[in-house]
Amino acid sequence: MLNYILRRLGAGILLLAVVTAVTFWIFYVLPRWAGVTPHGMAAMYAGKAPTPAVLDATVERLGLDQPVAVQFIEFLRTLLFGQEFTFGRETVECAAPCLGYSFTTNTPVLEQILNRLPVTLSLGLGAAVIWVVGGVTVGVISAVKRGSVFDRLAMGAALIGVSLPVYFTGLLALSFLVHQWGLFPVSRYVPFTEDPVGWYQVMLLPWLTLAFLHAAQYARQTRAGMLETLNEDYIRTARAKGLSERKVIFKHALRPTLTPILTILGLDIGMVLGGAILTETVFSLNGVGAYAITSIVAKDLPVILGVTLFGAVFIVICNLVVDLLYPVVDPRVRVGR
Amino acid sequence: MRNRTLGFVALGAAASLFLSACGGSATGGGPADADTEFDQGSDSIVNPSEQSGGTLRYAIDGDFDSTDPANTYYAFNWNFSRYYARTLMAFNPEPGENATDLVTDMAAEMPEPNDDFTQWTVKIQEGLKYEDGSEITSEDIKYGIARANFNGGIFSEGPQYFAAHLDQDGDYNVYDHDDPLEGFDAIETPDEHTLVFNLKDSFSEFPNVLTQPQTAPVPVDADRGELYQQTVVSSGPYKFDGEYEPGVKLHLDRNEHWDPETDPIREALPDRIEVEIGVSQDEVDERLASGELDVDLRGSGVGPATKTRLLSDESARPFVDNPYSGALRYVNIHTPVIEDVACRQAIMYAADRDSMWRAWGGDDGGDIATNLLPPLIPGADPESDLYPSQDNKGDLDAAQAKLEECGEEDGFSTTIAVRAESERDVLTAESLQESLGRVGIDVSIEQFPQADFFGQYAGSQDYVRDNGIGLSVSGWGPDWPTGYGFASKITHGDAIMETGNFNTSELDDPEVNGMWDEALLTEDPDERAEMYADIDTLVLENAAIMPVVFDKSTFYRPADLTNVYYHPAYMMYDFMALGVDRDE
Repeated sequence: MLNYILRRLGAGILLLAVVTAVTFWIFYVLPRWAGVTPHGMAAMYAGKAPTPAVLDATVERLGLDQPVAVQFIEFLRTLLFGQEFTFGRETVECAAPCLGYSFTTNTPVLEQILNRLPVTLSLGLGAAVIWVVGGVTVGVISAVKRGSVFDRLAMGAALIGVSLPVYFTGLLALSFLVHQWGLFPVSRYVPFTEDPVGWYQVMLLPWLTLAFLHAAQYARQTRAGMLETLNEDYIRTARAKGLSERKVIFKHALRPTLTPILTILGLDIGMVLGGAILTETVFSLNGVGAYAITSIVAKDLPVILGVTLFGAVFIVICNLVVDLLYPVVDPRVRVGR
Repeated sequence: MRNRTLGFVALGAAASLFLSACGGSATGGGPADADTEFDQGSDSIVNPSEQSGGTLRYAIDGDFDSTDPANTYYAFNWNFSRYYARTLMAFNPEPGENATDLVTDMAAEMPEPNDDFTQWTVKIQEGLKYEDGSEITSEDIKYGIARANFNGGIFSEGPQYFAAHLDQDGDYNVYDHDDPLEGFDAIETPDEHTLVFNLKDSFSEFPNVLTQPQTAPVPVDADRGELYQQTVVSSGPYKFDGEYEPGVKLHLDRNEHWDPETDPIREALPDRIEVEIGVSQDEVDERLASGELDVDLRGSGVGPATKTRLLSDESARPFVDNPYSGALRYVNIHTPVIEDVACRQAIMYAADRDSMWRAWGGDDGGDIATNLLPPLIPGADPESDLYPSQDNKGDLDAAQAKLEECGEEDGFSTTIAVRAESERDVLTAESLQESLGRVGIDVSIEQFPQADFFGQYAGSQDYVRDNGIGLSVSGWGPDWPTGYGFASKITHGDAIMETGNFNTSELDDPEVNGMWDEALLTEDPDERAEMYADIDTLVLENAAIMPVVFDKSTFYRPADLTNVYYHPAYMMYDFMALGVDRDE
């Protein structure tokens, strides 16, 4: 077991290295191939009307005139061993793992990500609970009552949920449920530790909006899996043995259906925790996703790298957790694969 | 069992809605009964009040460029930073024509020039204090200006007027010296309340530069370079409550050491100021309309969807102002690519200005521009029109004649660059494309990302030449409300840069350049205004810039916002005057 975890961690670290290199290549190397000069890049970080002297200084300060390989090695060195940064007459230690400082706001990237993480965690985990419970429940009922009015309505709603992007449902929800009818408060994030009720009130609508999108997938997936499983011989055997329908469905039919659900859940949670960009943007939640989109618009390279790496870490971790959970959910799966 | 489960589900759902509804504070979106009028705030004070107290709530789509007064160029930031950073001079805090007059802020009296405007002496008031109660001295203001302009390039956001005009070696860096002002002689401080500015050359409009946030005092010991923006030491009526969190929030509380007796421009009515950062423009507009927000910090008006709705909604119109934004929307005609002035003039004649104006939004978007200087700038003559045509539809005969004059009687091909994110820029380009096609000028439209537009495309000399970019759609607002403050950066040959070029047409006409330089030697503002009108004419004769629209902004002012008026120097409401009148 330990060996398996170590192997998976090793693969995860390798994946992170590849993600880092590819992201670096996209944002640092591609512009150069497109003919953007270091001064052209510096102009993006040098204010409204920079003088040549300011552009020169910006190029030097951000190291944009360095060969790309040197910049990449410097980034890795900073990440793994930390670095000292000088601001005016002040020197600040950025301890490993150091993701550097934002080109545009001069704030430490990792600290900014961690400051925003509670917002993203609140959004992602809360929504995940709703979409898993809601989606799986609706999927099970639809499968058991196949062809019923409920099944048709639920699958119709699921189709709508899958089809509508978050920025559409989110803006609609904000416009009517918040501003027109006042059913939900204006979306101003309140930390759970400061005001749990306020936190719940503010997060409920973003949760429901994000969950609507994902629950639809889970409902359809669960229904399809359940229908397939319910036709298996061992289900017929279980019923023939006189087991209650509840036991047949929840103990024998649902468990194998959950394995693929778990796989999707791992990816979804990893991606949402890496930043639910659209949901955070629509609801003005300053999470990691909103940070990512701001940095992309501003071409803030250290932040783009940091957020990408951070998101990749979450996906690797979530997938590892999912892999470890497989045998718990379905005893047929063994670690010794 | 099923009933019990359903019961729990129903209970949970009901509790959720109840809990969330309890937290709801929406007022339903509609404004209360109005005793105000449409556009009232454009030239008069709406809801005048002396009531103090309460929290003034701002929100913004985006963020400050920096909260450090040394490192900012956004108009809203120059307006907002006055809450915590006093400047030497200021603009008259009242609506209307006199708003662009200069008044003192920290200065005790108007700056005194020498005979040729190369030296300016400014005396500051006594008794000015920082938030910790310590006295503000002339040395602190000198240091604030020095660090903002001579810093080795670490502050790149702010304007560079001091760096360009002070008689100081450009390589000087305050952070290279143990004594940061050792060798910095361009500003002398003969005593604790006097500053003497020594300039390289004559600069009659120098007092306008003294309105900029870079003149805010900074204690040397508090300066943390780029990190200073986290907690700026206040000299104004409010101070930072906690650190500024980029992308998240900024909160200000009262500064008890601020003395209103020394401050002629700030009302300081609210007890507290809160800024929520990163709220989408649509959400900002919705919150303004439903009373959940007091001011859009961006100050550029509501978004396009809200604008259309507000202007057509009779119940909302009394809460709407629609003043000139102060900006000109225009098309650069790139002189290195379309070299012959007659060819450029053909473009000016052939353009269907009426169609371009409609593309920009028609009446709601602004007025057709036929000259360079916006209406509120002294010397502006909106009636001036060097390329007249019936109903502004273009003069095709005159255009054809100009094409023959430049040897392109069948027309020619060129490319127009636009910012992809600006729908109205794209529509303007499409309109121009269609109208120029009438005389055989074939225009192809290239869209570029806004963030790179000047750094890599329309403002990059190499890119423009290599790709035959003959035209680009642009916009510009004044750094201060004079002809020089508006147009020198976009028309003076000295402003041409290799990249990040805002003199995008690359106009480098010795006569224009000479007149800009001469204006800076001229003391009388009226005389300068006449010179700026002449420069306006010269630029249009050169056909380097095609004015399109004098832009208008649409602002929504909530009913409980007090002392609301549009200030043309900041091109938005005067934040320093605002208060709130509501129970909290």
